[in-house]
Amino acid sequence: MTTRVPTPDAPQPGTPGRGAEDVPAAAHRELGLTDFEYERITELLGREPNGVELAMFSLLWSEHCAYKHSRKLLGRLPTEGERVVMGPGENAGAVDVGGGHAVAFKVESHNHPSAVEPFQGAATGVGGILRDVFAIGARPIAVLDSLRFGELSSERSRYLFEGVVAGIGHYGNSIGVPTVGGEVYFEAPYEHNCLVNAMCVGLARSDEMIRSAAAGTGNVLVLFGASTGRDGIGGASVLASAELEAGDDAKRPTVQIGDPFEESKLLECSLELLASGLLVSLQDLGAAGLTSSAGEMASKGGVGVEIDVRRVPLREADMEPFEIMVSESQERMLAVVRPEDTDAVIALCEKWQTGVAAIGTVTDTGAMRILDDREEVGNVPVSALVDECPLYDLKPEKPDGWMYRNAETLSMHVALHAGRSADPEDPSAVLTALLGSPNVGSKRWAFEQYDSIVGSRTVRRPEAADAAVLLLGESERAIGVSIDGNGRRVACDPYAGAVEAVLECAQNLACAGAEPLGLTNCLNFGNPEKPAVAWQLDRAVSGLADACVALRVPVVGGNVSLYNETEHGSIYPTPVVGMIGELPDPERVPGVGPRAGDRLVLVGPFAPSLAGSELAKLRGELAEGLPETDVASVAAAIAFAREQVRSGRMSAAHDVSEGGLAAALAEMAIAADAGIEADLDPLVELRGCSGETALFGEGPGGIVLAVDPGDAEGLIGDARRARVDALALGSASGDRLEISAAEREASVPVAAAARAWHSLAERMHSA
Amino acid sequence: MIGVIQFPGSCDERDALQACERVGQARMVWHEETELDRIDGVVVPGGFSYGDYLRAGAIARFSPAMEAVARFAAAGGPVLGICNGFQVLCEAGLLPGALLPNTGLRFVCRQVAIVAEGSDSPFTAELGQGERLSVPVKHMTGRFFAADDELDRLEDAGQIAFRYAQGDNPNGSARDVAGVTNEAGNVLGLMPHPEHAVDPLTGSDDGLALFRAFERQPAAA
Repeated sequence: MTTRVPTPDAPQPGTPGRGAEDVPAAAHRELGLTDFEYERITELLGREPNGVELAMFSLLWSEHCAYKHSRKLLGRLPTEGERVVMGPGENAGAVDVGGGHAVAFKVESHNHPSAVEPFQGAATGVGGILRDVFAIGARPIAVLDSLRFGELSSERSRYLFEGVVAGIGHYGNSIGVPTVGGEVYFEAPYEHNCLVNAMCVGLARSDEMIRSAAAGTGNVLVLFGASTGRDGIGGASVLASAELEAGDDAKRPTVQIGDPFEESKLLECSLELLASGLLVSLQDLGAAGLTSSAGEMASKGGVGVEIDVRRVPLREADMEPFEIMVSESQERMLAVVRPEDTDAVIALCEKWQTGVAAIGTVTDTGAMRILDDREEVGNVPVSALVDECPLYDLKPEKPDGWMYRNAETLSMHVALHAGRSADPEDPSAVLTALLGSPNVGSKRWAFEQYDSIVGSRTVRRPEAADAAVLLLGESERAIGVSIDGNGRRVACDPYAGAVEAVLECAQNLACAGAEPLGLTNCLNFGNPEKPAVAWQLDRAVSGLADACVALRVPVVGGNVSLYNETEHGSIYPTPVVGMIGELPDPERVPGVGPRAGDRLVLVGPFAPSLAGSELAKLRGELAEGLPETDVASVAAAIAFAREQVRSGRMSAAHDVSEGGLAAALAEMAIAADAGIEADLDPLVELRGCSGETALFGEGPGGIVLAVDPGDAEGLIGDARRARVDALALGSASGDRLEISAAEREASVPVAAAARAWHSLAERMHSA
Repeated sequence: MIGVIQFPGSCDERDALQACERVGQARMVWHEETELDRIDGVVVPGGFSYGDYLRAGAIARFSPAMEAVARFAAAGGPVLGICNGFQVLCEAGLLPGALLPNTGLRFVCRQVAIVAEGSDSPFTAELGQGERLSVPVKHMTGRFFAADDELDRLEDAGQIAFRYAQGDNPNGSARDVAGVTNEAGNVLGLMPHPEHAVDPLTGSDDGLALFRAFERQPAAA
């Protein structure tokens, strides 16, 4: 599927004009609609759409807006829960955190814009997700990011990484919302299609939250914030709903430009308008701009709307009606206001020096009527536009074997981090190489470019614990937040990999003592019209659903990003999971580094395997398949670890993920700047695995707790009673990592391990 | 009553207000206020002001509230400028020197150690010479610069309030300068964020010492 984007200065065939007579035959194809969809539109209208109408349909019926290939699958996800305040369908989901407060959160992708223009693409991704959260009346209190690039050895990947990190920092730092966590992976399948997912967390008084449904015939539609320009016309919706292709640099004009100062004023203004009780409903303008916002507000309220495009404040006076309706200019909000409150709303916008205009009214016609200075230029039923897009069944087909390439890079990583003479078979060299792999190593180079503390809520900054910890204020309560999704493991087994993403997120929360309250997700996949991708999507959604049911975590919102592929192939299927957890006592959150002398106890059903592991990747030995996971026993281990952490007795807690147990122990030693001695033989015996697999194998369900030697026996006894496996592995002592398993031993000075683990900055700057 | 100046686009004004409230009463001062009514101390907070698209602090210095702050400072009232507030005070000519982009040309957010230099400022009265504080920095434009003879003069006059501890200079500041005062000592500007060091739970409470100065200070004329 290819799509061209109409740009104002270089008209494409099929650029919509003012009236039906201007629409050339098959213009719809240029805009990404199929012949079938065009016929359906004609049927619904009882006539051919004119240019303005066709432009609006092409956007609202795009994959990005209509979820036409994914909506049926998403019905599998559990969305009900006692603590859910707002579920899917609103601008963001929200859960009750007690004390009359709710935490709102959502994750969204900005992948294709970032691949075309990394700085602005990422910046506006942050801007967009912030607006989703304050649109429901919540003050944004944190941002987290989930990023994917090609291998760090690629110049293009480093360029994108540098630009994306700067863009996220530019927007988040400027607007005063801390970026408190996130994750980055570097894998070849993302080389031509990077992923930039941003998650925002907001805090609101439950009784002050607002929905987006328009209501009240005669009420006024007020557009406030930035003026409307030609930037981002057809941007997110068209750019985001087709595969990237060569020459996409020419699509730069479809990438929006962010203005965090404008957004800062918009945020304060919106929250003050809400606190003053002046709004009936509120919605941000995102993909497909005014068309989507007004259409969705009308659809949810079961009403009609009438908009006069000439009342929209414009950056360029000669903009066509269709351009005004689909512009994706950033930093704009649409509100429904009672007529008698309009003057007060305008006055408050003027206080915040943000643009404002009454652009239309709520009607009882059920139609979206577009006027150009009183002349009608479009008139379509809201339901046709918003709700009648055909939904497609996927045609999933399991691919034969491993769909992606393998490349051996272990020797390069060993040479780079352990020295040219090091033996790539030696566990010490392997451990050092793994710590130097950018997927395992510290991301400090990136997160130091983010303000992680503004707001005075950040109890645990990035990498200081497995989850970010934020104070809620006005009480002693806090939340833990994490975002996870290892696409490579999902590529190995979409079902098991998606289950693991949910478990990993919950494990990270447990290490901070937080219990999951709700989950949001972003499904980043390739072209769903291809059977193998359809199969990945289908299996992954089932995995997410089953894991959420097992952990009793409701899904309160999400986003789908499809067509993440190029002529070079599809990305790894990447469901990114963001989770909020309740944390009663932030004083008791342990760090990653154990106290000197403490015993290290591995809890959980962790059964290491090299399948899909970082080591298998570096060896070029990736293949399909992951071991099965007993989700119930992992859930029990997570609950057990959480309670132990909450007891305040743990000096450190860290879950086992990329690089296996040896890497997890090394990270704990690096955090403490002190040695660890561990013998993994109990694990080798319990699981019947090899020494190498015990050291470097991966899998869910492993959490390392550090506890005073006097409490270790008690911890293991408690675990036995809770039917959770617990193995004493060693203790924090000395200044070396000494980790043995069967006949294998990794022995590395902590300083050398730390050097490898902190090598990202050098690799970014030396190239 | 301590006044925290709020510009459009300020970020750390709420944090500054909360820090002030730990030592006394405080309120926001909107950037369009022309008089500092019943205010005995001023914080020009961090973050950004008016977007800072021109140059950090370059527009804020012309705001009505800043004109009032200049009069307040001239009358001897205590003024604390943090990060962007430091930049604004330099732009306004209330403090010597200028802030340039970090040598790394990137935004940097990290906890650093700063050392009190024994200046005469009321803000550092509690701190002995050489006392170390753990406070975070977070900025893109924090490299303190002044000509060498100016730096000599500031050192001689005791106007260097804080330096980054050895090895902790995050931005390439000349002579590791982290904070300076005016000649009278009643105006202090620093790049590190003491308002983000008022609670051990969120990192450190070493910054409280600076805010306690407001309580010791007699009301300005």
